[in-house]
Amino acid sequence: MVQQTRSGTDTLLDARGLTKRFGDILANDNVDLVINKGEIHALLGENGAGKSTLVKMFYGSLQPDGGEILWQGKRVDIGNPAAARELGIGMVFQHFSLFEALNVVENIALALPNPGRMSDLAERIESVSRDYGLPLNPSDIVADLPVGIRQRIEIVRCLLQEPQLIIMDEPTSVLTPQEADQLFLTLQRLASEGCAVLYISHRLEEVKRICHHATILRHGKVVSECNPAKETPATLASMMVGADVASVSAGARTPQIGETRLALSNLTARAATPFATALNGISLDLRAGEVVSIAGVAGNGQGELFDAISGEMPVAPQMIRIDGKPCGSKSITWRRRQLAAFVPEERLGHGAVPGLKLSQNIVLTRHATGDGLTSGGFVSTARANGMEKHIKKEFDVRMSHDDPEARSLSGGNLQKFVVGRELDRQPGVLVVNQPTWGVDAGAAALIRQALIDLARSGSAVLVISQDLDEIFEISDRIAVISRGYLSEAEPAEDMNRERVGLLMAGGAEAQGEVA
Amino acid sequence: MFEAVLLTVITAATPLLIAAVGELVVERSGVLNLGVEGMMIMGAVVGFAVANQTGSGTLGVFAAVGAGMAMAALFGFLVLILVANQVATGLALTILGTGFSGLIGEAFIGVPGLKIPSLYIPGLSDIPFIGPVLFQQDAIVYVGFLLVAVVAYTLFRTRLGLVLRAVGDNHNSAHALGYSVIRVRFLAVLFGGACAGLAGSYMSLAYTPQWVENMTAGRGWIALALVVFSSWLPLRVVAGAYLFGAVSVLNLHAQAHEQVNIPSQLLSSLPYLATILVLVLISANRRLTLVNTPACLGKPFVPDR
Repeated sequence: MVQQTRSGTDTLLDARGLTKRFGDILANDNVDLVINKGEIHALLGENGAGKSTLVKMFYGSLQPDGGEILWQGKRVDIGNPAAARELGIGMVFQHFSLFEALNVVENIALALPNPGRMSDLAERIESVSRDYGLPLNPSDIVADLPVGIRQRIEIVRCLLQEPQLIIMDEPTSVLTPQEADQLFLTLQRLASEGCAVLYISHRLEEVKRICHHATILRHGKVVSECNPAKETPATLASMMVGADVASVSAGARTPQIGETRLALSNLTARAATPFATALNGISLDLRAGEVVSIAGVAGNGQGELFDAISGEMPVAPQMIRIDGKPCGSKSITWRRRQLAAFVPEERLGHGAVPGLKLSQNIVLTRHATGDGLTSGGFVSTARANGMEKHIKKEFDVRMSHDDPEARSLSGGNLQKFVVGRELDRQPGVLVVNQPTWGVDAGAAALIRQALIDLARSGSAVLVISQDLDEIFEISDRIAVISRGYLSEAEPAEDMNRERVGLLMAGGAEAQGEVA
Repeated sequence: MFEAVLLTVITAATPLLIAAVGELVVERSGVLNLGVEGMMIMGAVVGFAVANQTGSGTLGVFAAVGAGMAMAALFGFLVLILVANQVATGLALTILGTGFSGLIGEAFIGVPGLKIPSLYIPGLSDIPFIGPVLFQQDAIVYVGFLLVAVVAYTLFRTRLGLVLRAVGDNHNSAHALGYSVIRVRFLAVLFGGACAGLAGSYMSLAYTPQWVENMTAGRGWIALALVVFSSWLPLRVVAGAYLFGAVSVLNLHAQAHEQVNIPSQLLSSLPYLATILVLVLISANRRLTLVNTPACLGKPFVPDR
């Protein structure tokens, strides 16, 4: 499958033997990569495989320690992003490189070497964005715009540089399916005009659908190349992981549904800051034995909803009940004592304190839940250490030495730990925000299976996620959140991607307003 | 009488205005320099000393600007290159400036000072009332107004200002786009130091032409507060500085007046109360404040390479 002679007259970028080292870690080890004109080239790999490091070297953000980059046959040193842009390499970042306090024109002007007059640039932005079907209003302030539009700004900014190669780092992770389709059309049009695209994604379905060629990285090395159209997502995944990925089994697809364990009734909260989302009359019954998922594009009230349920944002008592007890105004510890458990979205900083050891992080969420971790104001380190070992073993948390600080764990391992810490309690109600965000395929499968198993043992599980594949894999019922309105939770078998996408794009809002 | 009051208001407001506009630029770039007071007092003493030794007020002013920039360069080296804590370093800079200025200034205590001359514009300066107030000030007053105009225009109408605001809003994005965050911030810090030094020289060469230990008397701190309360907007800094100047001058007149029966302590605190009250009221628009607050203010930046 590996084509040794891909470079030819159509070659745009030819990287030979690129090596980059961070301390003891070899992030890129002798990587060869050829990108041809008009090609959508996928770069695949698990977290930490070295994808971001590699593209940062193409974009001049990092300098290689070894190897060389040939651009249109000539050897180049890309010293900084401005040099990359001059060559014709543009980049759309995974975590957007936008300035929230500035408006659209100002954001775009910052990336252009000679932006000219602001009013002329605004006109160019309007015409280019309309031309590519990505309409933008140049005078909008970025802080007011939803994520999908922010990505448009990044793309239009790239297009105005008239690049020959566009690097995209996980562009669809924040888009609705319809927005993603629009993006694919744009990419295909760019490719047909001769522009090359280097496309990083975890979503193998879309890679198979739109990419012409794929390079797979594992532990910083190129392990294979292929034509994704001829592969299946499963074969692509096994190339990335180096082994077959276990698929999640939902167990009995018609679970034994018991009584309501978590009830949200007309949950309403005002937006705390101008950049926050208000919650508008959200109602949901979460019953024993089921997994209910809330889908939605980031920033539509997921964080606020999680904070209200967990107790970080107090609301009226009757709005939230756990096992029938009103608790909207109770503390997070009180709710934990009612057998509820919460896993927030941000694992480092919110879910775990970076500078504390794992055993100490266990004490933080479980000190009051009858695990005997504290007595008379003293902490039992022996018990905490015992629990740390148990969770580590049970959830396959890999670490270099015993009981490290939370910050030294990789993202996937820390996520297994923060989820494991709560699952270990056998909670009656579990609320998880983004259970597998940025986690590699193996760890994600383990976490998803654990969530399903917990529900099947009689607990109620609420998953807030932006990953539709995950939602369809694990859910019994699916609801969609849009601008702080929640659609009715419907059985997963009655839902499909198109329907979820329409609800994401405002259907949930319409439903909420009627109700 | 009214003319005289107006003249003193302008002299009281000018050092605040200049120091605050400098700090505004620093903070817009995302750096919090609490050393304004220290840089100002160094400007005051060096300005006085050089003017005294050379007999030239102009040389004194330039030396004061240089002293402010030298202090700022020290601060910039510590917080931008060595990534020291900005709050602690800024406080240390003020302590350093206060102590060091006392040492330098010891020889100049009681020495008669040199006042930089007022400008005289034939014709304009002779207009009754308007002439003395608007056209007979010393050059630093006009430099102050010019500074505000240039800073306001540069911040919101030029690419330089756009880059500066971008660096202060999100240094990671600015770095990703290829801007040198450290260089932009260092230049901003130097500009802030130059302004603080200039404001200091105004104290010792125009406001009260002599050297008294600790003569800036907390004006650096007022300037810092003005920047925050004006939501990082240059024109509001002018409003705040003039309001503060006006109320502090009125307070002096009120205290001298026998018929005013208000405790002098309350009168002395009026400038602070009035300025804070007014600036809080005009910054009631939270959205505008949020958009103008540099999101990276005080956060350390280390490039990832």
